[in-house]
Amino acid sequence: MQFKSEILTNVELSPCYFRMRITASPGILDSKAGQFAMVRVNDAIDPLLRRPFGIYDIGSSKTPYTDCGSQTYMEILYKVVGKGTAMLAELKAGDKLDVIAPLGKGFDFGDVKSEKILVGGGIGLAPLYLLAKKLADSHTVRLFAGGRNKDDILCITEFERLGVETYVATDDGTLGDQGLVTQVMMKHLASVTSPKQIFACGPMPMLKAVAGIAKEMKVSCQVSMEAYMACGMGACLGCVIKGIKHKPEQPDYRCVCKDGPVFNAKELLWE
Amino acid sequence: MGKINTSVEIAGIKLRNPVMTASGTFGYGSEFSGYMNLESIGAIVTKGLSLHPKAGNSTPRIFETPGGMLNAIGLQNVGIDAFIQDKVPFLRTINTPVIVNLYGNSLEEYGELAARIDTVPEVAGIEVNISCPNVKHGGIVFGTDPKAAAAVTSLVRKNSKKPIIVKLSPNVTDVTVIAKACVDAGADSLSLINTITGMAIDLKNHRPVLANVTGGLSGPAIKPIALRMVWQVAKAVKVPLIGIGGIMNATDALEFILAGATAIQVGTASFLNPSAAEDIAKGIEIWLSENGVKDIRELIGALKV
Repeated sequence: MQFKSEILTNVELSPCYFRMRITASPGILDSKAGQFAMVRVNDAIDPLLRRPFGIYDIGSSKTPYTDCGSQTYMEILYKVVGKGTAMLAELKAGDKLDVIAPLGKGFDFGDVKSEKILVGGGIGLAPLYLLAKKLADSHTVRLFAGGRNKDDILCITEFERLGVETYVATDDGTLGDQGLVTQVMMKHLASVTSPKQIFACGPMPMLKAVAGIAKEMKVSCQVSMEAYMACGMGACLGCVIKGIKHKPEQPDYRCVCKDGPVFNAKELLWE
Repeated sequence: MGKINTSVEIAGIKLRNPVMTASGTFGYGSEFSGYMNLESIGAIVTKGLSLHPKAGNSTPRIFETPGGMLNAIGLQNVGIDAFIQDKVPFLRTINTPVIVNLYGNSLEEYGELAARIDTVPEVAGIEVNISCPNVKHGGIVFGTDPKAAAAVTSLVRKNSKKPIIVKLSPNVTDVTVIAKACVDAGADSLSLINTITGMAIDLKNHRPVLANVTGGLSGPAIKPIALRMVWQVAKAVKVPLIGIGGIMNATDALEFILAGATAIQVGTASFLNPSAAEDIAKGIEIWLSENGVKDIRELIGALKV
């Protein structure tokens, strides 16, 4: 669904990382964890296209006006990487945005009573919060968050508040263990024998490593993918990635926007 | 005040207004049904169809540039059989003419596609794609050579009784030469322009951004070129033209009509605003009403030079 939205807060969490809360149509409350929003940064033609962001959180809050009841909101996390996100970072409370959300297929966690392993790299943590929120009451949830340094590790306390046990690893050791988050996750997987399910979002090398570990240890694994996207609704066919059956002579392409962004790791070709 | 007329006619196809969707930017129609009223526009043009399903190019396929975007999708499509079986049933329920964009790897394929689609009553017309810049043996070979363009057009003409629109490439020295060749070969209408071949480079990696190296540039960045070409072709041929290229709003659309287009197509705009085509159709009607124009046809080619 497409809706006009107003920025409620736009806060810098650490250098280049922001958390934005915007007003949303009540229908946003039906969003599944892992779905995303296409946000138009301004009305001008540069940047031209919308930008995709994983939905971090949704909810309702009381408005300051007693006669207006509650206000539905949506939150996104974003990293300033280019022109569009730089403009987003400049926006203030009260500024307007045009949003299409929720889009795509979210995480599918069924009701399997297994331990839920969430793995997030940098900004890839964003869609995992809503997932943690939906799972925390009924499951053991562990979050493995990785980044280059402490600035890349976002919103850990928010997860902890839900009762999620968190593990952090950074390349330079400025927060948590020094090293790769995938190694920390592997160590944990090896130590528990109960059924587990992995949900991961982050940079491609991390996702590839997670998918590899999951396959080796025979653990079910879903990954949330990222791609350049023009429309977000399956029309432009610009955001495709290779499916497991892909061969040069017989291609197997999946739309990240419509077939994903969440895929079973087994469905994808990891090159 | 009498009622304002926004309807136009392209090769016998009656459009309730001059707004059509551009091939490759509107899927097969159903993708957009949740965002706009598909019966608010003049016609729907489908994603380019080939004889067999096509998987398209490697990735990355798209890249945004100032005021535009490059794409090299490679005509990924379900193929004509799946279109007829899976997509036509939905389109049949929509009271808006459907124009099918066809793309062949060879002259024979264009002929076969035309013959196949001729048997589908739900299809109001054919747009012949001789201008995709992103596929090997691409339509572009046909789109840049007047003899080849004429050969494709006359074979499609021979194999189908449906109205024929030929979609022209801007990647030529003189677009009027190809335009005349297509009209002489039996085209009922011409649509222009397809994307302009361009490229983007990743300095850090010393590599092209797109896997296909080059791609087609679309969006507001190409509008001035498209306007100029529509104006040139309007002076050179007598068939109705469909203007395409960076149309984002009703003002852009009306500029193309002044330049000589009878109808227009909305492309890239649908990506950033899925109701763009409907918004533009409404905007045209508002503009006509505010400016005291009773019939949109008064504006076609009314440019004062």
